[in-house]
Amino acid sequence: MSKNIKPRVKVPKTATAGEFFTVKTLINHKMESGQRRDKKTGEKIPRKIINLFEATFNGSPVITINIETAVSTNPFFEFSMKITEPGELAFQWTDDDGSVYETSKPIAIG
Amino acid sequence: MNLSRRKALAVGGAAATATLLPVNFAFATPEAAAELINEFTGGSAEFSDGVELTAPEIAENGNTVPVSVAAPGAVAIMIVAEQNPRPGVIRFNFTEMTEPKASTRIRLATTQNVVAVAKLADGSFAKTSKTVKVTIGGCGG
Repeated sequence: MSKNIKPRVKVPKTATAGEFFTVKTLINHKMESGQRRDKKTGEKIPRKIINLFEATFNGSPVITINIETAVSTNPFFEFSMKITEPGELAFQWTDDDGSVYETSKPIAIG
Repeated sequence: MNLSRRKALAVGGAAATATLLPVNFAFATPEAAAELINEFTGGSAEFSDGVELTAPEIAENGNTVPVSVAAPGAVAIMIVAEQNPRPGVIRFNFTEMTEPKASTRIRLATTQNVVAVAKLADGSFAKTSKTVKVTIGGCGG
């Protein structure tokens, strides 16, 4: 479990039913690729990344992203979605070590 | 004597701004990228051009290169970087709730082709690629 991992998401508070809106997500994570070497020992620093991102709305999958080591530090994703009823947009980031980071935002129809 | 040689190498290594060891490039080939694409398409080699890849022509910092993909009718879009030590970059899996497009930021080790492949709802595939020039490599941290 990593301390101080704080996901941040930008989601509108209300959306027009059936109309697409933009969602942005950011999580602070080093995304250690496994390619870097410790400058002193020469040992490879082991890989440790977020490898999966999932967004669900009222429990239904919205978007799923399979992530490899080439995604930058502090992974950023932007996508476009629509809803037809109010509810909760939930986000999950899964770390190589099994940790899961979560956040969610309610969206109203308006 | 051994110590000072190691030190000299370390200093030389530090002087090079990209800390990625060249030996990694030996394993990165467009063939490895092609294999990943093959896995994604199940062997199909027919591609339309129905996918758009937006990436800068010149990436000043290979550690964070903004890219966007879009493909009307796509259920999934994958991105590979042909000259990265590991060519697989990301795969977006869409649903009926999403528009088939997304943006992110990626690492590019060196100037190379970035390839986007889209799997469309009708079972066909689309592919496009862009050459991105990288001035500071993004895999060595």
